[in-house]
Amino acid sequence: MIEQIISFADQVARYPYLQNALMAAIAVGVICGVIGCYIILRGMALMGDAISHAVLPGVVIAYMLGMNFFIGAVITGVLTALAIGYISQNSRIKEDSAIGIAFTAMFALGVVLITTMRGSSVDLWHILFGNVLAVGRTDFYITAGIGLFVLLAVFVFYRPLLLSTFDETMAKATGLPVKFIHYMLMLLLSLVTVASLQTVGIILVVAMLITPGATAYLLTDRFPVMLGLSALFGVISAVAGLFFSVVYDVSSGASIVLVASALFALAFFFSPKQGLVFRFFRSRTADQSV
Amino acid sequence: MARQDTIDVRELSVHYHGHLALKNINFSVDKGQLIGVIGPNGAGKSTLIKAILGLERSKGEVSLFGSSVKAFRKQISYVPQRNMIDWDFPVRVKDAVLMGRYAHIPWYRLRSSKKDRRKAEEALDKVGMIEFADRQIGELSGGQQQRVFIARALAQDADVFFLDEPFVGIDIKSEEIIVRLLHQLRDSGKTIFVVHHDLSKVEKYFDHLILLNQELIGAGAVKEIYTPEFLKKAYQGSAAVLDDKDGMVVVSQ
Repeated sequence: MIEQIISFADQVARYPYLQNALMAAIAVGVICGVIGCYIILRGMALMGDAISHAVLPGVVIAYMLGMNFFIGAVITGVLTALAIGYISQNSRIKEDSAIGIAFTAMFALGVVLITTMRGSSVDLWHILFGNVLAVGRTDFYITAGIGLFVLLAVFVFYRPLLLSTFDETMAKATGLPVKFIHYMLMLLLSLVTVASLQTVGIILVVAMLITPGATAYLLTDRFPVMLGLSALFGVISAVAGLFFSVVYDVSSGASIVLVASALFALAFFFSPKQGLVFRFFRSRTADQSV
Repeated sequence: MARQDTIDVRELSVHYHGHLALKNINFSVDKGQLIGVIGPNGAGKSTLIKAILGLERSKGEVSLFGSSVKAFRKQISYVPQRNMIDWDFPVRVKDAVLMGRYAHIPWYRLRSSKKDRRKAEEALDKVGMIEFADRQIGELSGGQQQRVFIARALAQDADVFFLDEPFVGIDIKSEEIIVRLLHQLRDSGKTIFVVHHDLSKVEKYFDHLILLNQELIGAGAVKEIYTPEFLKKAYQGSAAVLDDKDGMVVVSQ
């Protein structure tokens, strides 16, 4: 193991493409971790999955038109969020069904568009599952830029975001634009998804959004700490996942997600307050003392 | 006619998916009153409060001391029903109370000031929860949770309070603390609306009643409204009102 770590470090030092990959993975770990906390606490995991899938047609259309694919992705991501809101507010269809309808439609559209361009350089596999080793210098700058924007937004609007997440009715009563905040969050979510495209891919982005945040949620009762821990677990998953991907020559996105899942399993069983193991012992001692 | 010292509701109606939830509600209440909003289940009590706050699409006019709800928002405190809150949320008691100050902290200020934190602490002290300041909100009993949310409303320094079913599922001690606080607030000139469905303590708690069953059955001083005629009209089959010389007993479902 030590040898492999040394060899990994050596390769990172030698190959710029690995440096780009590592930096992009760290950036993705941080921003997914932070945005993920809001997604979890708002009960929007399915929405996160939906927006990440809905980005696909935007990416493909942008590619066809020769635009930057971030623009296309943000447009289709936010459009999908609006469509979901519109369907659930104007019919008897509940939100989870509206999500299921809207995002599969967008995703299917994306797949159809890709198959019309057969033979071009767009690789469906890479968009779906990521290929962090193909991250170029420009890609990293874009990811870092998005990351800074997202972190700045979360930092500046910390209080409105927290209040509207915790108690939506009070937030509305004190005059916060709750709907606007929701769609801004969807916008951030689309940005984060696109930033993560090359690292983990569309299919697995939702894992990077949910799993580190959920792990942190099991370990703390304080929201700022949850944000920090979640970002930390995102980074650990990204770095360790990249390491396994390079050493064992397996898919980078999937390795990153597996590390995140392993961290979650550890917290699920061994978290001091919420962990299954300690809860089991606590309930036994409580039984005995009765 | 909107006046400076009353809250006026005119012709307020709310539609829910095509059916009428509240029909043509009209009333005025004076400043400095403790007002009970009562009526049977499904009478639209919470809906009325939300419509007054402008959270529900409604027709009609609402004026608070001569200004619109929009202009008055910072002076309004709202305490939601306890089951509307995610009690697993990673927030400690003192963080939750500090949220009451958010309306007054400008968005560009990154940290809450000392003054804000002091106000939050004072509010916690008033509801007797200061020693629980560092607990996560889900670790408290129902009554303690309610007191924390009352503290959050206090910290906001509002003039008008709306409480949605604050006494549901809480212990007697918490109920007493909350009622005493509400009376103190009223005495200092605040106007407080409380959605309430337990008829037994209505006379003891409130000054003024708004009796609802989708339309307004009666609004006025407790003595005028808390009568067998009005209650029978509001509750119809779902409450028995036993009236004799010594007083009145109300049995509601």
